[in-house]
Amino acid sequence: MPRYFTQDHEWIEVDGDAGTVGITDYAQGQLGDITFVELPEAGAALKKGDAPCVVDSVKAASDVYAPVSGTVTESNGALEGEPELVNTDPENGGWLFRLTLSDPAELEGLMDKAAYDEYVASL
Amino acid sequence: MSDTYNPDEAEALEPEVLTLPLDAWHRERGGRMVEFAGYWMPVQYEGIIAEHLWTRESAGLFDVSHMGQLHLSGEGVEAALEAVLPIDLSTLKPNAPRYSMLLDEEGGILDDLMVTRWDDGFYLVVNGATKWDDIAHLRENLPDEVTLSHMDESALLALQGPKAAQALERVVPGVSALTFMKGGQFKLDGVDAWISRSGYTGEDGFEISIPAEAAERVASLLCAQEEVKPIGLGARDSLRLEAGLPLYGHDLSPDHSPVDADLLFAVNKRRRSEGGFIGADRVLKDLAEGTAQVRVGLSLDGRQAAREGAEVYVGEQKVGVLTSGGFSPTLQRPIAMAYVDRAHAATGTALEIDVRGKRLPATVTATPFVPHRYHR
Repeated sequence: MPRYFTQDHEWIEVDGDAGTVGITDYAQGQLGDITFVELPEAGAALKKGDAPCVVDSVKAASDVYAPVSGTVTESNGALEGEPELVNTDPENGGWLFRLTLSDPAELEGLMDKAAYDEYVASL
Repeated sequence: MSDTYNPDEAEALEPEVLTLPLDAWHRERGGRMVEFAGYWMPVQYEGIIAEHLWTRESAGLFDVSHMGQLHLSGEGVEAALEAVLPIDLSTLKPNAPRYSMLLDEEGGILDDLMVTRWDDGFYLVVNGATKWDDIAHLRENLPDEVTLSHMDESALLALQGPKAAQALERVVPGVSALTFMKGGQFKLDGVDAWISRSGYTGEDGFEISIPAEAAERVASLLCAQEEVKPIGLGARDSLRLEAGLPLYGHDLSPDHSPVDADLLFAVNKRRRSEGGFIGADRVLKDLAEGTAQVRVGLSLDGRQAAREGAEVYVGEQKVGVLTSGGFSPTLQRPIAMAYVDRAHAATGTALEIDVRGKRLPATVTATPFVPHRYHR
């Protein structure tokens, strides 16, 4: 399944019109120890660029932005008891929320893995 | 995602960030360097929580060379210093650091600091971000007969934690005979070192002033002890918050006096009756009449932290604001410091903190949040 990346260090993996969103390994490394994740409710309607999710680290609280528009279908309940999953497995078990894309054309503005790696290397 | 740290951006904004004697040493050891108080400093090495917990169970080495080390000497220095600080120097024994603060004419806190009487004058340690203003304030308010030297060729290290004494004793035989808030001159691997049993983590530990050119060698020697790892600024902040210790620029500022900051212990008894220090009128007035607010500790339920600037409520009434806040690695829940109206400041009072429009329940809590373990 194709995976896309944003300049704000979110990833979204897409299967048809269903997307799973998380933050990248680079992002979790920058944030440091994550102690709490505020997740969106199922049914929440998101516009691309909305901030439905907050990741709390020891240092700071950081917004996670919706990479595309859509309706939230599910949040990762495992993070309530184990927010450190975002540190240990950010691009897999530490996913944040799933949504139904309302405008898959928005994906065209995002980076693929190679472009994102190049972007991170330039930071 | 926002708020990720971008070193390129910081460099562009702060072209004149200075380096400290251990800059290369931190980088070699994987320290993630950020700009702090005008210097590049390590915010973390392996991770803030791991470093925090290591300090609480073993010993951590902190580079605090950004802090200002000052030496005051000369004819009349004692009386001159008492005219500036609310300290009673007549009760200050040699080599025993004491906490004090610089106040402005309105009694607002310009900085907090440590004062030690040495054979040849007084040794002051002030905060890094405020040191240049402190030097100007002191120079302006001290007579010409008093010489103020900025010891900017000295580095300052803090070794903190329950195993700090056993580790340092191996390197500096005899040092563990010091008790809390006592110090002395020692030789550390041949280097002249001023060492005091003090620190800002709530743990037993030492602060070590050495010539800058010896800093790398001393830091490496200390970290070669099995009990010791280098610790960054991130854990320094979470440790001092758990210890209930205020941080200048956050919990202390010119908007607060020693009375509402709950630091009256730093206004020594004789000075409370006699006054005669800068800002005394306001401090004595606050003492007599009380202040509207006072600094307190807050414990939060759940795991979501509230940060500096978050507002404190009772129902719809705003009763205070946070000056520090974060997740406590030791307690595994969020804690905070706030200034709140005295009517709502009693220990056990239930309050609410507004975090992004959500109300988090909080309880006024006696500090320290984590008990101090000083070697008295």
